Amino acid sequence: AGDPLITEVQPWAQELGDGVDATPYGMPIEFESDVVRRNVEWLTADTISSINFTPIHALDGTITPQGCAFERHHSGAIELRKEDYRLMINGLVDTPLIFTYEDLERFPRENHVYFCECAANTGMEWAGAQLNGAQFTHGMIHNMEYTGVSLRTLLEEAGVKPEGKWVYVEGADASSNGRSIPLEKALDDVLVAFKANGEALRKEHGYPVRLVVPGWEGNMWVKWLRRIEVGDQPWESREETSKYTDTLEDGTSRKWTWEMDAKSVVTSPSPQAPITHGKGPLVITGLAWSGRGAITRVDVSVDGGKSWKEARLAAPGQDKAISRFYLDHDWDGSEMLLQSRAIDSTGYVQPTKAQLRDVRGLNSIYHNNCIQTWWVKESGEAENVEVS
Amino acid sequence: GNLGLGRPALPEEVAAWDKDVRPDGLGLPEGSGSVEDGEMVFAEVCASCHGDFAEGVDNWPKLAGGMGTLNHEDPLKTVGSYWPYLSTTWDYVNRSMPFGNAQSLSNDEVYAIVAYILYSNDLVEDDFVLSNETFLDVELPNTGGFIVDDRAETELALFSQEPCMVDCKETVEITMRAAVLDVTPETEPQAAAEPAEPAEEVAVAEPAPAQEAPAEEAPVEVAAVDPEMVAAGEKVFKKCKACHQVGDGAKNRTGPHLNGIVNRVIGTGEGFKYSKSMAGMADEGAIWDDEALHAFLENPKKYVSKTKMAFAGLKKEDDRAAIIAYLQSFE
Repeated sequence: AGDPLITEVQPWAQELGDGVDATPYGMPIEFESDVVRRNVEWLTADTISSINFTPIHALDGTITPQGCAFERHHSGAIELRKEDYRLMINGLVDTPLIFTYEDLERFPRENHVYFCECAANTGMEWAGAQLNGAQFTHGMIHNMEYTGVSLRTLLEEAGVKPEGKWVYVEGADASSNGRSIPLEKALDDVLVAFKANGEALRKEHGYPVRLVVPGWEGNMWVKWLRRIEVGDQPWESREETSKYTDTLEDGTSRKWTWEMDAKSVVTSPSPQAPITHGKGPLVITGLAWSGRGAITRVDVSVDGGKSWKEARLAAPGQDKAISRFYLDHDWDGSEMLLQSRAIDSTGYVQPTKAQLRDVRGLNSIYHNNCIQTWWVKESGEAENVEVS
Repeated sequence: GNLGLGRPALPEEVAAWDKDVRPDGLGLPEGSGSVEDGEMVFAEVCASCHGDFAEGVDNWPKLAGGMGTLNHEDPLKTVGSYWPYLSTTWDYVNRSMPFGNAQSLSNDEVYAIVAYILYSNDLVEDDFVLSNETFLDVELPNTGGFIVDDRAETELALFSQEPCMVDCKETVEITMRAAVLDVTPETEPQAAAEPAEPAEEVAVAEPAPAQEAPAEEAPVEVAAVDPEMVAAGEKVFKKCKACHQVGDGAKNRTGPHLNGIVNRVIGTGEGFKYSKSMAGMADEGAIWDDEALHAFLENPKKYVSKTKMAFAGLKKEDDRAAIIAYLQSFE
């Protein structure tokens, strides 16, 4: 007998679907309802000052849809109307200025694709394999196309005084999240963005205006950006001293560890994306990125790092943006210890966890860019493991 | 290029937003506060999350202790053990705390709280007074504990060697498994969302207990929940969300969840540890009726002395009425 899905007339081939007025703004079809951000309840005291994770195990391509791009708030996602939005530039400038949202729209505009990774991404894995899924180990990342005005343009409008060496950027929410950024970076590629992936920023990503600090840790990408102050020294705010600093084995801590090192992860197969089709052709795929440049190569190992094969990049790597890689593999049905290793345009090679621990010890929390291992079993199920 | 966009910022506008404070004291306003005053303010607005002695409650940050642990496994990072600059503490308390009621403290209160945090860390005596005058005299123990990012020297060359492609190691053993720990949230595909039951139906299904409130409290309004009031209440409830959950799946957090709170006996939320004064009201069978809720929400500490709820209160009657309507919509 033939497949009834083919031999019998199905309701969708007979009856009518939704009209064009059914969903003025569409959501994913109900069958994809498991492809959502998730949080880990035990991580933080409260969901208001917390983080969730992008379902990277279920996505493909490179652009992260806004609706499932991870969120990190310190005092919750606020609602701020464009009409109520003000941006102040003050400090060591010729003229302290106030811009409205409309003002920002009149400056020359730029478009760029950049990844945003929380410095704590993979942080729970420092001491050992802990969370079982690419979403939870590597999901504090998204990659979007931003539209906005370069920060350089706005600073030039106010006129930076010669003694200005740093800028302090601050959000409008109750956490007053603020970070010091060296003027050199501020004048380089930092963007004051108001659109992502073509549409307005989502509330949870800083609507109506956020900062984009390419290649640097996500905490500096201040959301609901309300103020930019120029100064001659860094401010040493809470988020650049007590947090987002990396404690080494001897108890001293690195500060100003802004750049995100080159990193990659196999997103499928992975614990939340097991192999269900048995042996034969298998698409191994994942993401790679570097805060110092473009991804030039990704290697994949199926034997825990004994041997490596160069994967195929879906497109040439772009500066400080995510690359998608594929390894088209003929799976013989036996166990695999699956790893990926990113190489960037500076020649940096993603290190193993052991290599990182040799330099930094076990207490760093942030900036864990080690090679990840998935143990893919004969059943096709996968588990987060560490290997020798 | 000067496009002439925007307008000059007025001095009072800059003063209103530029509140940040630097390690050299730039930005610090005049004022002072003693350890003694700080202990009282801390107990009122900080202790519900950070503990009476800054020791932390549940997962909320500990602010004291941990000295000498930075080179141990799981170091305890507090203002005393880790934070390099006192200005950071002052700035953060001033602009971002208390959680859910930021920028509500006076300068003197901030000085007092910071003085108390120093005292909790055994860094000052109990008669210490912190002020803009004494501020720069205080040095925190870990000020010298930081180095500027040295990855360029310690890592980049090391991690930029030509990578091995074959015969990179002889054997590979699994040394640790995530499944053994079992701390990953369940991620079974969710069932298609069930249509939510209309709130009104819920209210009808559960007959409200007889109203003991005075007649002028308009019992009619209580019986039928006004959707506009509920919507207004949802907005006001943002002030409460730092500590209280309500609705589907609400759990006890810093405060008890508030499902079914209206017309329930005071202090009887399941699994929540109430203050003694609140528990005493439970023993007396006092009810969270409209009158009681209004009185408590207007001035929590006046209505329930020694309540753990660190909230100044809602002075506007409309706000209180809206919150009560909102809470009433959750069985």
